[in-house]
Amino acid sequence: MTGVVKVYRWEVVKLLAQKRTYLGLGAAMAVPLIFVIVLVLQSGGPNDVPLGRYIRDTGLATPFVVLFFMSIWGFPLITALVAGDIVASESQNGTLKTILTRSRERGEVFGGKVLASATYTLVLVFAMGLVGLVAGSIAWGFHPLTSLSGTKVSAAHGAALLAASLGVYVLPLAGIAAFAILLSTVTRNSAASVVGALMWALLMQLLGVLPGTEAVRPYLLGTQFEAWHGFLRIPADWAPVIRALWVCALYIGLPLAAAYVVFLRRDVAGD
Amino acid sequence: MNEAQPVTTTGLVKRYGEIVAVNDVDLTVERGDVFGYLGPNGAGKTTLLRILLGLIRPTSGSAKLFGRDPLVEGARALDGVAGFVEGPRFYPYLSGRRNLRLLADYDGDDARSRIDEVLELVELRDRAKDRVGGYSHGMRQRLGIAAALLRNPRLLLLDEPTTGLDPAGMRDMRDLVRRLAADEITILLSSHLLNEVEELCNRVAIIRTGRIVYEGGLRDLLATAATDYRLRATEPERARTVLLAQAGIEGVSFRDGELRFTADEEAVARAAINLGQARIGITALIPQSASLEELFLGLTGGESSDHDREAVA
Repeated sequence: MTGVVKVYRWEVVKLLAQKRTYLGLGAAMAVPLIFVIVLVLQSGGPNDVPLGRYIRDTGLATPFVVLFFMSIWGFPLITALVAGDIVASESQNGTLKTILTRSRERGEVFGGKVLASATYTLVLVFAMGLVGLVAGSIAWGFHPLTSLSGTKVSAAHGAALLAASLGVYVLPLAGIAAFAILLSTVTRNSAASVVGALMWALLMQLLGVLPGTEAVRPYLLGTQFEAWHGFLRIPADWAPVIRALWVCALYIGLPLAAAYVVFLRRDVAGD
Repeated sequence: MNEAQPVTTTGLVKRYGEIVAVNDVDLTVERGDVFGYLGPNGAGKTTLLRILLGLIRPTSGSAKLFGRDPLVEGARALDGVAGFVEGPRFYPYLSGRRNLRLLADYDGDDARSRIDEVLELVELRDRAKDRVGGYSHGMRQRLGIAAALLRNPRLLLLDEPTTGLDPAGMRDMRDLVRRLAADEITILLSSHLLNEVEELCNRVAIIRTGRIVYEGGLRDLLATAATDYRLRATEPERARTVLLAQAGIEGVSFRDGELRFTADEEAVARAAINLGQARIGITALIPQSASLEELFLGLTGGESSDHDREAVA
């Protein structure tokens, strides 16, 4: 087992032992549940969002619709809650110096933390998707899904599209997590990192709706939350997906590289 | 590699802006030492330990542990080295045993197999399943020692290990340090408690505002000081004459049936011989040694060791 994997394993153990982990995960799972319950009790629906008008046709539509709503601040906040805390809390509690005086290199510790944070983000999104799918299917059945092009796809095909969509949706969230880790490393303050990362996510969304930003809009982090729409077109439109891949790689890679350098070189004094 | 000294620093400097926390420190801790790094709060003791453990980078100079520089060799430089600075810190939401498992996994090798042994040694086995968040300060200190011992260290770096402990906890911790020293573990401990250093250490460095003002054996340090003596002799008047005539003996006075004077060890040895040759019986020759505290105050310019000005450490 390499050093990074050892650190990663214990980072996951630490996450599992903390309330904030379950708070975020619980919120991600509660939102689609509440969403379905509200819709079951009401007659209207979210007709102006992608797949919103088909919400009662099949449970498969539920996680897609929830993805849209959660992208504004829900998922960014939950992601930042953990990623913004993952280095800063160790600084604040003084445990960073405990682990940095053992036999693991700083790079391995950083790598383990990044992987744990990425795992949390992945679990978050897929947990929401699963709960949404199950709750929606209980309420409205597991039927074929109407794509964004208006054609129907089988339920099994729709489930595969959902998995792919959740996968590509994780990328911009990982960008937010990377920025949160950078703040966490630099500021050594959990609250500042969480709030800062959320502000960063909201700024990206805001820039996307401001007039005059059309030229940069395809390259904003917020825009990549819509990349999954490409999978829901028949035939699939790969352009937004491929753009999300390389744009998010930059939003992930640059903050992480900066955080890595800071983490490697920083003085661990008084924390 | 094994021939290298446990700790050597050369021209070590650490600046925080205008503040010089560690000022041109040359230090050698030899194998088997229980070495006291003694200074008032804020003198830079913790900063030096942080540098040694690779937690902070020196501004200039070098620090080596068994010949390896943490700045160059990273975690590998800490092989055979363990310790803590500013008190041991653990994950409060994990049990004591879980914390040790985490650290043992970080260390690799057979550290995990030593968990029970070290818990037993620090008398925490019964509380190992409890969350560290519920531990007393003393228990955390002992868990810190257990965590350090997991690494099977040849060198222990302990930053004020008895700070914050009640008298019983201090005694237990000092007993533990003695036992570890008896197991041939070299120990470098920082402290601002003079009696602790006097009780535990064979060698000391006394620092003042980041700079070492004395490094060497504790006995040597105490011997450098002129010592007051009380002498009871069979013929005090003749004895007084002998003492007054001898070089190196000062301040001879007669009080309460005793002669009192100041001398170094060499002079007092000569005086004893001279008194014997003069056929004057010595019924008692009692040294009134200068305490470490007096020496410390002299060396640190009178800064109280308890003076709390923890600006940089």
